[in-house]
Formats: sequence, C-alpha cells, structure tokens
Amino acid sequence: MLRAADVEFSYGLTPVLRGVSLEVPAGSVTGILGPNGSGKTTMLKVLAGTLKPSAGSVSVDGVDLSRLPRRAVARRMAVVPQETHLAFDYTVLEVALMGRYPHLGAFEIEGPADVAIAREALAATGTAGFEDRPFGTLSGGEKQRVIIAAALAQLTGAADGGSFLLLDEPTAALDLAYQLEVSTLLRRLQRDRPVTIVVSTHDLNFAAGLCGSLVLLSAGRVLAAGGTADVLTPGNVRALYGVEADVRRHERAGHLVVVPVARAAGGAER
Amino acid sequence: MNPPVRRRLLVALGGFGALAAAAIVLAPLAGSTSIDLRRALNPSLPFADNVDAQIFFVARLPRTLAGALVGAALAAAGVVFQGLLRNPLATPFTLGVSAGAALGAMLVITTGWTAAWSGLPAIPLASFAGSTGAVAIVYALARARHGGLSTHVLLLAGVTLNAFFSALILFVQYFADYADLYRMLRWLVGDLDVASYQPIAAAAPLLAVAFGVFAWLARPLNLLSLGPDAAGTRGIDVRTAQRAAFFSASVATGAAVSVAGPIGFVGIIIPHLVRLMVGADHRIVLPSSALFGAAFLVGCDVVARTLMPPVEVPVGVITAILGGPFFLWLLVRRG
Repeated sequence: MLRAADVEFSYGLTPVLRGVSLEVPAGSVTGILGPNGSGKTTMLKVLAGTLKPSAGSVSVDGVDLSRLPRRAVARRMAVVPQETHLAFDYTVLEVALMGRYPHLGAFEIEGPADVAIAREALAATGTAGFEDRPFGTLSGGEKQRVIIAAALAQLTGAADGGSFLLLDEPTAALDLAYQLEVSTLLRRLQRDRPVTIVVSTHDLNFAAGLCGSLVLLSAGRVLAAGGTADVLTPGNVRALYGVEADVRRHERAGHLVVVPVARAAGGAER
Repeated sequence: MNPPVRRRLLVALGGFGALAAAAIVLAPLAGSTSIDLRRALNPSLPFADNVDAQIFFVARLPRTLAGALVGAALAAAGVVFQGLLRNPLATPFTLGVSAGAALGAMLVITTGWTAAWSGLPAIPLASFAGSTGAVAIVYALARARHGGLSTHVLLLAGVTLNAFFSALILFVQYFADYADLYRMLRWLVGDLDVASYQPIAAAAPLLAVAFGVFAWLARPLNLLSLGPDAAGTRGIDVRTAQRAAFFSASVATGAAVSVAGPIGFVGIIIPHLVRLMVGADHRIVLPSSALFGAAFLVGCDVVARTLMPPVEVPVGVITAILGGPFFLWLLVRRG
C-alpha cells in the first residue's frame, strides 16, 4: 500500500500541492488526473521520493518513505518519465541494464543473471529485437517501452510486499497507435506481475481504459477519488476542466469513454 | 549481440593499457639526440659522466610522465564534465577552470613573483590557486539559485567566467613587457617542458584522489545521462554524485593545467574517439579515456620534440593540429 497523507509542496512561493491525501492499494492501477498545472507530475514525484513534501508524508506499507534508504526504495519503486532523452548513445540493452543498478554493490558489474532479467524485461515489452540498437534511433513508442522494460528490470527481485511502477504521462508524446500499445502493455503487466501501477495523465480515455481507481486533482487539491466508474462523471469533468462531456460505456472497448461536447456555462474553474 | 560489460571492460583496459604502456616506454627513447638505453640505465657509470642517462632521466622521462598524467587527467575530466553536464561538447575548460588557472599564472609572470612553497615554483602554484578560485565562484553561483547543483547555471556561469577571466588576462597582458608576453604565450599554448619531477610529484596526490572518485562516479554518470530525476529513482544520491563529479574533475583539471598549461583538445577528442570505439558506458569510457589520453599526449609530445629539431613545438599546438582534422574526419566518416 502506497499512501500520501496531507501532502503539501511548493515551488518557491508557489503552492502546488495543498493537503493531498490518497491511497493506492497493492495490485491496483490508480490514475492521477487533472488539467495542466494541477500538480499531477509533482504528486508523482512526491510519491516516488524525488521531491520531499514541505508538510505531510508518504509511506510504503506503513513505513515513511523518507526513512527508507534510497537504494531500498529504488528496488521496490520505479518511475517512467514522460520522455527520455539520453546524452550519449547507449544501446537498448544498456538502458535496460541501468534498471539493475540498485541491486548491485558500489563497484559491482552486472552479472549473467542481471543480463537475463534485462532481456526478459525487454521481451515482456516487445523490444527484445532492439537490444543492440542505439536508444536514440528508436521511435517515441519504442523508447517508452524500453524505459518501461528498464523499470521492470529494476523491480525484478524486489523485496517482500510487491513493487510500484509510477508513470508520468506515459502517452503524452505518443500517437494513437503507440498510446494503445502502451495501454495494452500496462494492462498485461498488471495482470501478469505483482506490480502496483500509478499513472498520472490528462488523457481521460487512456485512464478510463487502464485504471481501476482515479484521483482527480484540481489546483493542487483532491477534487474526487474512488473507483473509476464513480469518479469519472460529467459533473467531475465539468468541475475539473470546465467542459460539458458525455461519459458513456463503450461496448467494444469495454470501458467508459469521455467525449467533450462544449465549454461549460460560466467557464472553467481553472 | 554485445558481449557482457565485464569482458568489454577487460578488452578495453588491455588494449588502451598496452597502448599507454608502449607510449610511456618508447617516448623517452625518441628525440633529436639518439640515446643508448642500456648505457642510460647502466648503474656502473657515474651520472655526471653519463650523457645518455642525463637525457633519459632529466630531459625526457619527466616530461613523458608529465604527459601521461596530464593526458589521462584531461581526458578523464572531459568524460566526467560531459557526463555531469549531459553535454558531449563540454570540455575540462568549459567551466572556467583553465581560465582561472591562466589568470593566476599571468599575474605571477607579470609581477615577477618568484616565491616558492615546498620547493614548487610560483607559476604552477598560482595557476592551481586560480583554478580553485574559479571553481569556487562557479560552484557558489550554481548553488545560489537552487538548493542542489543546477547544471544549466554551472554551464552558463562557467562560460561567462571564461570570458570574464579572458578579459582580465588581456588586461594583465597589456601591462606586461615583451619578454613576459612571450612567456605568457608559451604558457597559454600548453607545454610539457617540466624538466624535473617536482611538478609531477605535487600533482600526483591530487590526481590520485580525483581518479579514486572517478572510479566511483562511472556508474552514477550512466544514470545521470538519463536526467537527474530518473537517476534519483535508480537509487543514487544525485546531489552527492553531481558535487563529486564537479569537484573531482575540477581538481584533476586544475592539477593538470598547473603542470602543463591549458593543453587543448585532449579533453574533448579523446572521450569522443573512445566512445566511437567502446560505446557509451562510462564504466568503460572513463578508464579507457584516461589510458588513451595518456598515450595520445605522450605521442603528441614526441612529435613536438622531433618535428623541427632542435626547436621544440609546444605540445598544445600539436594536439590541436593532429586532433582537429582527425576528429572531423571521424565525424564525417561516422555520419
């Protein structure tokens, strides 16, 4: 269980998170939704321990995140950023192997078992055929799958209690086909592995298809939280984005879809 | 399919190590005057009567060792600065270390200050003090705007400080006489004419510490190339890694410049050549660059000493003349 309690965070004098509390049950897929500037990415960084909250706390299975050693956290929690640009020409396998670093001693070099884990992770994300290619030559979707593979390699061999995969707007830079690819991959991973997934996104339909529960953030505060069907309502979409939307179940897709129709009367609460 | 990192590392260390060892062994034998190595190493001959031994031990071996140390330091520092700044165009001199060192050296030359400390002459001391001052200013500026170390501010502050120090150097030079101006020019080009073991002995402990930190840094530098946030989520203390990279590479650069002046090109060409040969992994690139940098600078010094005897061309001229076109050819060939 990943839990945030009354988290506050500011960039300088600008408050970004104002008393955010949320719970992510083990094995679930939870989406953090909100318009641009609502604090989604900041919340994800606070959950990952990259940013320290100015007030409140984040805990993993009841233990305060700030009390856990960095490497111990890294063995249980991996983060996939929106985009990854490498400064140098690493191969795909080298990128995946970077996920094994938290499992190695200070001067230890990865062994055959680590290479096998990295290759298995590449295979799980459909990128095993690229392992010798420079990462920079891949398409956006392929890069994102390799970074997810590195995250899986990082989480393999995690200690008791399962692992956490945090993704920051993983489809924001991808076209429709790659969005579907990443969504399908994440659903399969959640089904096949003991991994808890938290994903921040502004794509309501992506979240509706992937997430069992949602947390809606508006101006750094929780607007609503709960099961996807309970939270993803026309009223909440209006309150969040200032947009009138149809929210319906799509039979072929098998999940809710949100179709924006018009700006809400009175404008957005943004 | 790529062989495992361990095997690639061993192959690279073996290859570049053999190259560096060959350069260090053979370089003292080359020069405008040919020497007999057996006679030079013959202990039964008095040193005062043994011209071969004098040339070998006094004239050539110190500058060969200096070349190896300086080449290794500049090449490795180049790798570390490029990794820290996530910028393949960074050099050991990008952050103002060499400009600070140059200002220190110019001030000593123009004021005629000759005071020595622990037997070390004033110019290397002043250049190291100048580089330390530049490092302190750049670090303070990069810390001022962020709690951590902003690599953007580091880069901008370094480039600006370089320009500022260059202006101060011109100002100092304006008041120098012709003899001092010539000494300044020679120093700024970069030269390995050390003629004693003292500067090497003084720089060696600093370089040993820097290289110790480099060994630990190799893996964090791989992660830093993903970006600081991503590196942090892989279990490293990003601030500690960035500070260690900045200070160790600065110390290595400052020590190298104090020995031989700001020898250009080694810190950028060697890391790039090595990456073309061994890939991007810093655990292989860093030690390989150090060894290749040592071999490269020692080799360039041999060319500098033998190109137009008895004149010795400053080695900084040779590194640029050899390095520049070769690097451009490699870039075009690769493209």
